[in-house]
Amino acid sequence: MNIKTTLIRFQSIIALLVLCIVLSFMSDKFLTPENGWNIMRQISVNVCISIGMTLVILTRGIDLSVGSILALSGAVAAGLLKYGIDVPSLNLFIGFTVFGAILGGLFVGGGLGVFNGWMITKFKVPPFVATLAMLTIARGATMLWTGGFPITGLGAHFAFIGTGWFLGIPMPVWITAILVVIAVIVTNKTKFGRYIYAIGGNESAARLSGLPINKIKIWVYTIAGILAAVGGIILTSRLDSAQPNAGFSYELDSIAAVVIGGTSLSGGRGSILGTVQGALIIGVLNSGLVLLNVSPFWQQIIKGFVILLAVILDRINHPNEE
Amino acid sequence: MEEDNIILQAVNITKKFAGVTALDNVSINVHKGKVNVIVGENGAGKSTLMKILSGVYPEYDGTLLLQGEPVNFSNPKDAMSKGIAIIHQELNLIPYLSISANIFLGREIVDPLGLLDFKKMNAITKRLLERVECNVPATTLVSSLRVGQQQQVEIAKALLEDAKVVIMDEPTSAITDAEVEVLFRIIASLKKQQVSIVYISHKLDELFLIADRFVGLRDGKMVGTIENAEQGTKDDLIRLMVGRDITNLYIKDTLPLGDEIFKVENVSLPKPSNASQFLVNNVSFSLRKGEVLGVFGLMGAGRTELLETLFGLHSERMSGSIFIDGRKVDIRSVKDAVANGMGLVPEDRKKDGLVLSMPIYKNVSMASLDQVIDNGFLNNRAENGLAKQYIADLKIKTPSQNERSKNLSGGNQQKVVLSKWLATTPKILFLDEPTRGIDVNAKNEIYHWINTLAKRGLGVLVVSSELPEIMAICDRIIVMGKSRITGEFTKNEATEDIIMNAAIL
Ligand SMILES: Nc1ncnc2c1ncn2[C@@H]1O[C@H](COP(=O)(O)OP(=O)(O)OP(=O)(O)O)[C@@H](O)[C@H]1O
Ligand SMILES: [Mg+2]
Repeated sequence: MNIKTTLIRFQSIIALLVLCIVLSFMSDKFLTPENGWNIMRQISVNVCISIGMTLVILTRGIDLSVGSILALSGAVAAGLLKYGIDVPSLNLFIGFTVFGAILGGLFVGGGLGVFNGWMITKFKVPPFVATLAMLTIARGATMLWTGGFPITGLGAHFAFIGTGWFLGIPMPVWITAILVVIAVIVTNKTKFGRYIYAIGGNESAARLSGLPINKIKIWVYTIAGILAAVGGIILTSRLDSAQPNAGFSYELDSIAAVVIGGTSLSGGRGSILGTVQGALIIGVLNSGLVLLNVSPFWQQIIKGFVILLAVILDRINHPNEE
Repeated sequence: MEEDNIILQAVNITKKFAGVTALDNVSINVHKGKVNVIVGENGAGKSTLMKILSGVYPEYDGTLLLQGEPVNFSNPKDAMSKGIAIIHQELNLIPYLSISANIFLGREIVDPLGLLDFKKMNAITKRLLERVECNVPATTLVSSLRVGQQQQVEIAKALLEDAKVVIMDEPTSAITDAEVEVLFRIIASLKKQQVSIVYISHKLDELFLIADRFVGLRDGKMVGTIENAEQGTKDDLIRLMVGRDITNLYIKDTLPLGDEIFKVENVSLPKPSNASQFLVNNVSFSLRKGEVLGVFGLMGAGRTELLETLFGLHSERMSGSIFIDGRKVDIRSVKDAVANGMGLVPEDRKKDGLVLSMPIYKNVSMASLDQVIDNGFLNNRAENGLAKQYIADLKIKTPSQNERSKNLSGGNQQKVVLSKWLATTPKILFLDEPTRGIDVNAKNEIYHWINTLAKRGLGVLVVSSELPEIMAICDRIIVMGKSRITGEFTKNEATEDIIMNAAIL
């Protein structure tokens, strides 16, 4: 392998390293353990969502609803934990443990994902439209569930998920790392993973090979929903509060991570590890810009150009694809 | 004086792709006003050379001379403006635009106000369409044209730019016999207007109808020419391509047939738009173990639709019954078909056969991943081994099983699709035009493979529009015309006349 192809191959890691080195010279607060964990904790939610987003995009789909699903799942978990289910007319009250509340949140996320997948496969609604509708629906449902007010005061046990440490590593980082490892194995080493790539690469050939296209797609959107819920629970726990407008525009950050990580929006090409690198680049950049006191307005502009740069580099690597 | 006859020259062209030398110091001449035919086996480098001549690949070693002047095309549009047009096998028209809009795409005529001058463009389009014998209005949407007509539009588009050289890469592989006749007439009239043609095809018989001279490529090298096509024979041509005589031009073994393995009763498929019209109309037949059953018919006779229906692709609309090993089966999806031991090698390998972005080995294992899975995880060694086995068996020309399928030549891609289905160890195999775009030598190999599969006890159903092929490889032939079966013949009864008559019934 010559130098040029090596450089191209590891472009995101190199970009990340360069970014870190530059930032550590510009701010002495950057290269500290606290800041490191801080960045990792902050990107963990994005990484969770982006794993699901990567799978969806690999099948040549898109999921715009993850931010709203995140909000609703977090709010449901928080609501169940704090208030339980109370139906006075039936004289019914069900209380929830932390574990039960979390399951409830995951269930909501998965359920909405199933619904997305069902619309897309059964009724042939384009993914963009189906998940755009879900973006609105789930956000509305969050407002209904919370009445428009945050649900706070969720207790120490629940807070452990987002703020606790285990063996010297923050809990959110544990959770995300485990999910990343599972996702890497699933995409590279299992039938399910292979089928995802095949469907995104050429759906018609995949269908004629007898692959269960609809089943795989429904699963992919379901997983995206569940992972958004995981993100929602981590976020709610970290803030000790379920905000009705939580996760606003998170789908865009997630798509950015996926794209910066080299996954093609036309499906069939990309990887989980690429997405993790993408999320890291965004996270490091965010943190660095804050430490350098760059105004938030400029931060957004810079982030936009980073996305463009990443895609241009990707185009140079893969000149012959649409 | 010699120079005057030569319009385009490729001098010492070398083109390398990662790991593959597609062209190795190739020099060829394109003679003015002649049909220059390039022959060679799959992967010989024909398409690559054409892509260089037409500006698709701007980077290569060597020189192109256009009328003696060195030229360098930076892209196809550039080549086109200098008079070189290519008609790819995959047509490149925009379906929801009119013929006229397609022909003028990128060079629209505008009136003084800057608005599109439809009247002028349609008038010019009309004249161009007449020259290519395409009798449809200039305003017709391209999406409503047949493949042959779309090809005529592509040629018309080339004529608009006053092309001096028109390159055609396997133009007859997807059009009807009638359309082939038209194409040959167009080629003859282009010749009269001093347009030079470069022509590639694996259908050796048709080449003698139009060729003026042959150029042979083998393994990326120019191996010789036959300057006077009339004096060449088919054997000469094969020797030029393959480098030796093919002695055993295929004749199928007669095998004892086994029990009935597959039976179809009254299968029909109505049109989606109109339930009283049929794409497949009341078809019944049976297939025995070890039998090769041919399905012949003209384009549009419903053969592909029949295979698709039997393969579970139209389960919601089909009616009729399917029996496997004497047992009635309910096939509601391709998955069911595969589970019941059926396989289908589709007609269009790029669109329906391969995931082009994936390496060969992933395509080979795609329909049978279960056999390379250990405890739920893909076993990389087993998967690669599977692919290696088929690369060796079917003589797939590639540096390794890791090569992306996109980079294979057409014929080798077809072999990968075949491997995918052989890997599922099917009981019943459907082959839809299995040798389209495949060279003589590889064709023979595939015929032998079909024979071997029959020997192993498979029932094989072959759809083909090449009569000699069907007559050579099948035990029995059914003929389809207008969506129904119009004839059935054993190998001994079948003659070209009888079959053709049944097909146009
Ligand atoms: N983009 C590419 N990348 C890598 N290898 C390539 C690429 N294009 C072609 N090749 C290789 O170059 C060789 C020549 O291919 P080419 O398509 O020119 O063959 P061909 O003569 O047109 O064959 P066929 O008759 O099957 O169409 C083949 O070995 C092929 O695998
Ligand atoms: Mg070719």
